[in-house]
Amino acid sequence: MSLLIEQTLNGVQLALLLFLVAAGLTLVFGIMDFMNLSHGSLFMMGAYFAATFVALTGSFIVGGLLAIACTALLGLAIEAIWLRPLFGRGHLDQVLGTFGLVLFFNDFVRLVWGAAGRTLAVPQFLAGHITLGPALTYPVYRLVLIGVGLVVAAGLYLLVQRTKTGMIIRAAASDRDMAGAIGANVTLVSTFVFGLGAALAGLAGLFAAPLLTVQIGMGDNILILALVIIVIGGLGSIRGAFLAALIVGLIDALGRAYLPELLRLVLSPVAASTAAGALSSVAIYILLAFVLLVKPQGLFPARGAR
Amino acid sequence: MVRTFATAALMSACAVVYAHAEAGKIKIGYVNTFSGPNAFIGNDEKDGFELALDHLGRKMGNLDVQMIYEDDQIKPEVGRQVTEKLLQSDKVDVVTGYNWSNVLLASVKPAVDAKTFIISGNAGPSQLAGEACSPWFFSASWQNDQTPMALGELLNQRGVKKLFVLAPNYAAGKDMAAGVKKTFKGEVVGEEYTRWPGQVDFSTELSKVRSVKPDAVWVFYPGQAGAQFIQQYSQAGLLGQIPIYSSFTVDALTLPQLKELALGHVSTQEWVQDLDNPTNKKFVADFRKKYGRYPSYYSAQNYDAAMLIASAVVATAGKLDDKDAFRAALEKANFQSVRGKFRYNSNHFPIQDFYAQEVVKDPQGDYTMKTIGTVFTDMKDVFYEKCAMK
Repeated sequence: MSLLIEQTLNGVQLALLLFLVAAGLTLVFGIMDFMNLSHGSLFMMGAYFAATFVALTGSFIVGGLLAIACTALLGLAIEAIWLRPLFGRGHLDQVLGTFGLVLFFNDFVRLVWGAAGRTLAVPQFLAGHITLGPALTYPVYRLVLIGVGLVVAAGLYLLVQRTKTGMIIRAAASDRDMAGAIGANVTLVSTFVFGLGAALAGLAGLFAAPLLTVQIGMGDNILILALVIIVIGGLGSIRGAFLAALIVGLIDALGRAYLPELLRLVLSPVAASTAAGALSSVAIYILLAFVLLVKPQGLFPARGAR
Repeated sequence: MVRTFATAALMSACAVVYAHAEAGKIKIGYVNTFSGPNAFIGNDEKDGFELALDHLGRKMGNLDVQMIYEDDQIKPEVGRQVTEKLLQSDKVDVVTGYNWSNVLLASVKPAVDAKTFIISGNAGPSQLAGEACSPWFFSASWQNDQTPMALGELLNQRGVKKLFVLAPNYAAGKDMAAGVKKTFKGEVVGEEYTRWPGQVDFSTELSKVRSVKPDAVWVFYPGQAGAQFIQQYSQAGLLGQIPIYSSFTVDALTLPQLKELALGHVSTQEWVQDLDNPTNKKFVADFRKKYGRYPSYYSAQNYDAAMLIASAVVATAGKLDDKDAFRAALEKANFQSVRGKFRYNSNHFPIQDFYAQEVVKDPQGDYTMKTIGTVFTDMKDVFYEKCAMK
């Protein structure tokens, strides 16, 4: 039983990390109708900034806040310089334009930080583990990550559903031109959302840095998962991204935890591990295909989405 | 007639001079991982090889050494591509390096097809020791199963009855896990094979370890993944609760990250930095002087690989075209190894000792390894009888 709880926590932790990335991606798509592949690069830059600033300042919190701020600023700069001309264009142009950015940032990182990658240790005050019940202990850092993820999710929900800015975000998401016509400053809100998305990617990069190694291309893998999540959840929907992230995170963690056990009844341990790994990652894409087939708008589409 | 003859004579003289000038150097292609989080392994192995070249005055016999380094990005297909490039466009005389078993397995065939010697500085996949052994392949390291076999024996000596086994799911991971299971006499209560090289989050597997409650855990996570694994093992509260043993995981490369987390960690190895022989003393001292850190078995093996190649060049008086003589010279392995002794088995893998080692703090406060015993003496790998070379 405690194993099941622990594996569920592992799944939730992965889910919330993915949610931090997917939230920015889906917000930007919802409001600006813009497909931004360079969102994964912002995640990577966040991790590199974190590794650098934490080493410089010697403090996870100060360095982390600096990293998030820098990632947000970088996101705004990208938006102003490179993405704005692409706003009115078709999705293919946007995908190509932002894919170029992905290549640029991968080589930029190689140039600035070198090919070897960086490491960021879990901060001392979060390095331990706590006992949650009989035979159930869990690393503090991962619990904090779950907490931060939940707070961000709640904050985003309140922002979008309960504030005037959120009202404009929702209005712009369902009809950008009409929202502009009735006097909402859509451009400003767009920029704000883009900065917010970048900051969330930076936050995800910061928290991922000690768990994964900080390396070139680390954003590419997470971008693919984030894309799967926002499609399953419904493009532009925060609620959808949250729930889809939970589904994907739990499938991955529980699949890795229990599938080998099941397959071992018929296969050797090595083969079972290979098959289970393949199956649990394939399961996500099967779900994606199924969702696209049955509910092309996603499981939890944003209201008013076309 | 006379003029034609004179021209021909002159031309052939030129050809001889030209061939001699070309023969004045040996081109060595070196394939390893120089990018990504495991670049520190490739660089460490390169440093070991380069130190040997320094000691040789950058000459092997009477030949100047020309090195060409290539990055395999820890991908088998890239390793194969750069190996083919070294063989076909650079026309190297020897290819070496090769840290990863899957990269090596992909790269052997092009070298064998080109009738060029390929010498592993680290990887030792079981296939190349047995059925797929080749007259063109030599190992300067070990066969994958051996080091964990020594560890399995150590676990028996230490009275471990229930063992949990964790390794990445690729050629070396499977060999290593098979190795520890060959000698370990207790019960293997859990076995996990994780994605490689992508997976660096081990939360799912660590949860399983906790639920199974083994007497000990054995892992094989080379390079950066090893540092990640031990750190997460500690964060999960398992360090100090369930003893952990490893192969190729806690070493001179990961110790600077692990520090006190690894203090007292026990593993097995064919070389330890404190081995008491003059060659090793000089190697360790000069390595620390040149690079400012302790060498690892990675750099030690690559030091030996360079010395091995040099010994064959000397024995054949620099005649690189006489492949049979060169092979015979490699088989003799007539050089001073940092391991103290070095001789080849019929399958071109070394017959050597395996030691138990423990992480200690040196007087300067740096973390390093100390030999605490010999587990196997003159050990042969278990695959050589399947090799057609006798």
